[in-house]
Amino acid sequence: MGKEAAKKGPLASRPDNSAFMQQRLPAWSPMLTASTVLPFLYCMAALCMFLGVLLLITVEGTQEMKMDYTEAGSCNDCFKFLQNVINAGKSCSCKVMIPLEQEFKGNVFFYYGLQNFHQNLRKYMDSRDDAQMVGRKYNLKKPSPYCEPYITDKNLPIAPCGAVANSMFNDSFSLWYHSPSGPIAVPLYRNGITWYTDENVKFRNPYSNQSLAQAFNGTTKPPYWQQPVYKLDPSNPNNNGFINEDLIVWMREAAFPNFKKLYGILKRTKEPFTNGLPAGNYSINISYNFPVQHFNGRKQVVLSTVTWFGGQNRFLPIAYLVTSGLVLLMAVILTVIWWKFGRNAKNMEE
Amino acid sequence: MASESEDAGTVKAARATTQKKRRRKKKKKESKTRVVHANISRQRRGGDGGEEGDGGDEVEEEDPNRRFAGNEIKTTKYTLLSFLPKNLFEQFHRFANVYFVFIALLNFVPVVNAFQPELALAPVVFILSVTAVKDLWEDYRRHRSDTEINHMDCLVYSRAERSYLERFWKQVRVGDFIRLRCNEILPADVLLLSSSDPDRLCHIETATLDGETNLKQRQVVRSFFHLDCEFDPSKYNGVIECEKPNNDLNRFRGYIIHGSGRKCGLYKENLLLRGCTIRNTEEAVGIVIYAGHETKAMLNNNGPRYKRSKLERQMNVDVFWCVIILLVMCLFTAIGHGLWLFQYGDKRPVFDVLSPEGADLSPGLSAVYLFLTMIIVFQVLIPISLFVSIEIVKICQVFFIHQDWELYDEETDTHLQCRALNITEDLGQMQYIFSDKTGTLTENKMVFRRCTVAGVEYSHDANARRLAMYQELDSEDEGECPSRGGTLPRRDSVGSHQSARVVLRSQSTKSHRRTGSRAEAKRASILSKHTAFSSPMEKDITPDPQLLDKVNEGSSQLNFIHFHRQPMSQLPSDLADIIDFFVALTICNTVVVSSPDQPRQKVRMRFELKSPVKTIEDFIKRFTPSRLTSGSNSSSSSSLVTNRSSTRACSSVLSSPSAESTLTKLDEEGSRLQAAFSPVPPSYEGRAWGGGGREPEGGELRYEAESPDEAALVYAARAYKCSLVGRLPDQVTVELPHLGKLGFELLHTLGFDATRKRMSVVVRHPLTDQITVYTKGADSAIMELIKPPLTDNSKGKRQRKILYKTQNYLNLYAADGLRTLCIAKKTLSKEEYACWLQGHLQAETAIQGREEQLFQSALRLETDLQLLGATGIEDRLQDGVPETIASLRKAGLQIWVLTGDKQETAVNIAYACKLLDPEEEILTLNADSQEACAVLLEESLLYIQAKFLCSSSSPHHPSMPPFHGDLSAFHLYPPPASSHASTPFLVHRLGLVIDGRTLAYALDKSLEDKFLAVARSCRSVLCCRSTPLQKSTVVKLVRNKLKVMTLAIGDGANDVSMIQVADVGVGISGQEGMQAVMASDFALPRFQYLQKLLLVHGHWCYSRLANMILYFFYKNAMFVALIFWFQFYCGFSGSSMVDQWYLVFFNLMFSAFPQLVTATLDKDVSAQTLQTLPQLYMNGQNSEEYKPYMFWMNMIDAFYQSLVCFFIPYFAYADSDVDLFTWGTPITTLALITILLHLGIETKTWTWMNVASIVFSVCLFFGVALSYNSSCPTCYAPSNPYWTIQRLLLDPRFYLLCLVTPVTALLPR
Repeated sequence: MGKEAAKKGPLASRPDNSAFMQQRLPAWSPMLTASTVLPFLYCMAALCMFLGVLLLITVEGTQEMKMDYTEAGSCNDCFKFLQNVINAGKSCSCKVMIPLEQEFKGNVFFYYGLQNFHQNLRKYMDSRDDAQMVGRKYNLKKPSPYCEPYITDKNLPIAPCGAVANSMFNDSFSLWYHSPSGPIAVPLYRNGITWYTDENVKFRNPYSNQSLAQAFNGTTKPPYWQQPVYKLDPSNPNNNGFINEDLIVWMREAAFPNFKKLYGILKRTKEPFTNGLPAGNYSINISYNFPVQHFNGRKQVVLSTVTWFGGQNRFLPIAYLVTSGLVLLMAVILTVIWWKFGRNAKNMEE
Repeated sequence: MASESEDAGTVKAARATTQKKRRRKKKKKESKTRVVHANISRQRRGGDGGEEGDGGDEVEEEDPNRRFAGNEIKTTKYTLLSFLPKNLFEQFHRFANVYFVFIALLNFVPVVNAFQPELALAPVVFILSVTAVKDLWEDYRRHRSDTEINHMDCLVYSRAERSYLERFWKQVRVGDFIRLRCNEILPADVLLLSSSDPDRLCHIETATLDGETNLKQRQVVRSFFHLDCEFDPSKYNGVIECEKPNNDLNRFRGYIIHGSGRKCGLYKENLLLRGCTIRNTEEAVGIVIYAGHETKAMLNNNGPRYKRSKLERQMNVDVFWCVIILLVMCLFTAIGHGLWLFQYGDKRPVFDVLSPEGADLSPGLSAVYLFLTMIIVFQVLIPISLFVSIEIVKICQVFFIHQDWELYDEETDTHLQCRALNITEDLGQMQYIFSDKTGTLTENKMVFRRCTVAGVEYSHDANARRLAMYQELDSEDEGECPSRGGTLPRRDSVGSHQSARVVLRSQSTKSHRRTGSRAEAKRASILSKHTAFSSPMEKDITPDPQLLDKVNEGSSQLNFIHFHRQPMSQLPSDLADIIDFFVALTICNTVVVSSPDQPRQKVRMRFELKSPVKTIEDFIKRFTPSRLTSGSNSSSSSSLVTNRSSTRACSSVLSSPSAESTLTKLDEEGSRLQAAFSPVPPSYEGRAWGGGGREPEGGELRYEAESPDEAALVYAARAYKCSLVGRLPDQVTVELPHLGKLGFELLHTLGFDATRKRMSVVVRHPLTDQITVYTKGADSAIMELIKPPLTDNSKGKRQRKILYKTQNYLNLYAADGLRTLCIAKKTLSKEEYACWLQGHLQAETAIQGREEQLFQSALRLETDLQLLGATGIEDRLQDGVPETIASLRKAGLQIWVLTGDKQETAVNIAYACKLLDPEEEILTLNADSQEACAVLLEESLLYIQAKFLCSSSSPHHPSMPPFHGDLSAFHLYPPPASSHASTPFLVHRLGLVIDGRTLAYALDKSLEDKFLAVARSCRSVLCCRSTPLQKSTVVKLVRNKLKVMTLAIGDGANDVSMIQVADVGVGISGQEGMQAVMASDFALPRFQYLQKLLLVHGHWCYSRLANMILYFFYKNAMFVALIFWFQFYCGFSGSSMVDQWYLVFFNLMFSAFPQLVTATLDKDVSAQTLQTLPQLYMNGQNSEEYKPYMFWMNMIDAFYQSLVCFFIPYFAYADSDVDLFTWGTPITTLALITILLHLGIETKTWTWMNVASIVFSVCLFFGVALSYNSSCPTCYAPSNPYWTIQRLLLDPRFYLLCLVTPVTALLPR
């Protein structure tokens, strides 16, 4: 502005002759010439190809075993049992057999999967109260209106409130390895299956110097639940309340109607599981509680090893390979055109 | 206004009622007129009259003028309090805003809400506040300029002090007496009551009003005419009744009722309008009639208009399409949701959330709710930020245009002004240009070029060279910036309020010396531009040496002859002619002489302003002597005293206010009488004046003329040492070489009028004592009146030869595009004169048909003239006009010139500026009647068709539209707009010249189509002698019938209507005043800048905006489509994987800056290329950057990209344990990257700004995401993306996706 003041006189309103004002900023306008574009395309294709192949090799090294147990084996009885409305809320046990033809090497993840279960419905997703889950006393007793219609039950606030928690998946599994020396229970880590931040920040139990049950005093369980929230895991008292890991996993709403959620991770401390799951026959004992027939849903268990970029999913490597192919194809076409029509080829680019 | 209403509050209640009654009564009575009382009369009782307004209750009650608007102006829209509601109200006039607010409010309805309601409001509030801030800023600027104007000073008579006191403008009220000094700007509309001018005249410059720089005369109200000495406001006792304020500058009617009951009419000649400048009148006194917003100037001052650009219209169509797409998508989703729900039947799945009441919603009802929800979710498709972005971009564009170095005119220190902010891109789409000629194509600076005297041509080569030199100078000095000191005296001039600032212009008092450096010359030219018509280019004419010699010789001989008392006929006739020629040039005009020594001088005035004059006497004392001394060569009472001059002389004596000055004056009078009576003035006096304007101590004389060519001629004559040194109503003093000063007694001036096309002066020649008539006029008018030479004798032969030759030269001049004027003279014998005088006096005193009789009288006198010579004056083309026209034409623009000039001149200029090409054929349409015009048009059409048929076989016109082959007039209706837009009309190498009268016929309803058919097939059209109304009609016709974009450019008041009608109006802000500029959308200092404005800025603005709008549509469609695809996977429930924050701010923040930068800075083609290849402009004309199909192409592109961006992550994460936001955030990121890369591909030129903005965008996104995802796990209900992005950034899958998806998405490009 000092300049402004100095500029009086007859040329006071003369514009500033700077590059910016005159729109003469140094500019680089990319010229799409064959010599720049073609190498770029080839490089791109090569890079994609490389990544694609790399990913493919990695993916091929993974194993996955899916088992739809909705009506499989003895679970068929349970399925039918639950179809009967009278039996809603009652427990049923069944068992399915899983043969593993190959050894699952490394970390083996145990998932349960649901199909056709829309956890991503807008209203369903909104029907939760994070403030309650974070363990605030006030919110515990006064759930947010988002939890509609699962806010109160018999004039008691529901904890955890909302449709998401209410519809929590409540089948439980135990995996058995039928080794030649008889069935061995496969040890699973049932904790550490959630995000660290979820476990430690997003979900906290309401503070109470007495028991957990005391902390949840004055609330009631969600209507579909069989147990109150502080009795979710009878085996591990530290895994109850809002920090129950199954609950946390469930509360992280899946993106698609067909999804799987982590149930446990193979504990590789004892033989014969130190290297993963050995090949052989396995059976899963299921406490079959979750009704899926109303929405044509299916339930499954998934045993899988993972790579550094997720589970066994061949799409990404394939996408890379296809992209690389396309880029290559285009590069070749352009090369041919360039070869034939000389430098005019640059116009074909756009 | 405000103070008055406050005062009203102080009035006692009882009185208030009576007052009200009175007011009502008055209202009834004065429904059509306004009555103005002098404020003086009511101040009589008030003790404190000085402080106007609080003179006590009685005074207030008496005040009859209280209802009239005060002089304070307020152009601001808002006050501090009213800003918010008023601004909001105005913003909600825009439909889009209402829509967005509606959507935001929809969010508060629990059944349909999609986002956190407060969040949904954010974008709307943001948009509204941005606009509000912009409005506030504009309003503040207006407020500042108002204040500046309101606080200008003027002298208002105060009864208490019995003198004029300095007051702010805003304190001036109706009924106040105002004293105006030379060069002051009128604060209000003032009725002229007194003037220091002996003729009771007051000269005003109305440049700010109607753009005409010439001086206009205003007369003192007739009943005050004979008022001797000074007007005393305290004795004023009249009441003025006049019409209500209106905006007609050329109308004012009313009457004044004097105390004695005498009525006297008031006309527009008596009214001085606000904004005008007093010139050549030392002081004047008037009473304020209209003040403030009721002045004619303010009423004429309409704010900037809102024009909708073509691009915007196209865009709105596509916005409409977007709405349809939106509705279709919402409908689709709603139906999908209904069906989805329906398939589950009565038994609802656990994940279906019931209504709060616990009741099931029927599928139908939830579909309806969902429809509304989807509108909210998809609202981004209708780009909320589009309108704001466009506005921002346009402001930036305007800023850049404004700042363009090449559009800056050093001489006038002006640059381009954009007055309409929202039609910059229209500049890139022009198809027709309608141009005014004078002042637009030409400089309106008349330059004497050559002359012919007595049949001999003097080509003035040196002069031509000099002019060329100036041109060179202009072009070479472009880069140089002579900014020396700020010591220039400045001249006050008020633009109007729209011009936003009161420019204190400067005027030079320094005489300009040619010996100075070039920079100085340049500088002088800058300065002198402000004095009327006197740039050095016009003033310094290099005389033709041959002619100069002859003049010298002639005058020395004359001197000799005269000295020896020999008869004048001894002088060789050619020399005599030359002398006469120059005398005629010098005196046959109405030029007013002023010199820097005279009191009108600026410096003095400034001095005056600093120490205000306390009394009239004081004022006069200061001024009169100097005036009288300098006017020593002025009026005299001569031997042949006419009625008029004697009264004048007397009145001038009588009007001298003080004894002292009267004495001085009488003294001078004596010497002057002596001078007048002795033809050869005393030598000392001659020496003193010798050299005319060149004498060092006196500075040069300035000539102020009503028309620039008069001044040019006077300057020309001065170059031959034949200078006009003084003019008084009855005497002209001319300085001749060797002869010294000669006083020509001015007997009559028969002024110029358009019918006669000439003017004459009748003088008594001081040397011969003969009564001589000098006539100057258009060649056609004069040549007819030349006395046919007698056949036989040598003199007759010579005369004939002269006639013949002169005619030849005239044609030559005309062909060169010069304005030609013929000079002739006639010598009257005393008897003849007496005879004519009798008739003339009769005519003058005639009551009925005075004008007509005077006209006849003039005709009687102007016969049997003797031709002296002719002059060629160049109305110089502005620099670069031919080049500009040529390149504009190459750019596919049709250029029509609409001028008020006569046909010949117009055609000449058209040739000169390459509008017409000598090679092309000219169709000239001159018709006297409707029928003739019809026939002419028909003929020319046939002609064009015939010619066209011939030329169609030529390679230049390979195709022939069928419509031309058909001769029937009905087929000549323009084809529908769509087909026209795509196939530009074939334009032949034809020029069409049409004159005003014919144009009037041609514009008739029945003929307009034919006229258009003819006109559009001509390459250039020239309409001469057209009225302002015709100009606008033509523009309107072309615009409406041909559906083309029109640009009108002009500089004068006569162009205003045309400028207003055209899609884009451009005003030239150079020579003439502000009127055109006020009406225009863009104001250029020079015509040649139009080239860059259109070809470069127009093109850029258009292509930038077009690309930006398309990009906007693409961007939003792409983003929304992502969510749309997701609906297939979420039961059409309206949920979105993109977190609400990203959804809401994606448009507004993350992706906004790069596109703004690109839209502001991107250059698809460089400025040089655009200027060298004007053809590139055509793609704007044909709207090639923005065609309907392009919108759809972009939509398809957007859908493709969104498919890629959706499904690659989908499959990559399919069948995994991914949660919604962990999956949605990469999609958002991908979309952002893709969109930015897309923009990168679209960007033609990269500057660091582009790179920075893109980097900034990406950083902003990640920054916001990171902080948002880590700030609070519970604050953003219902969504909870806590720590999502952090986890993602650790996930290699995320990077893999980021790499492959954009590549695939952008692969087709």
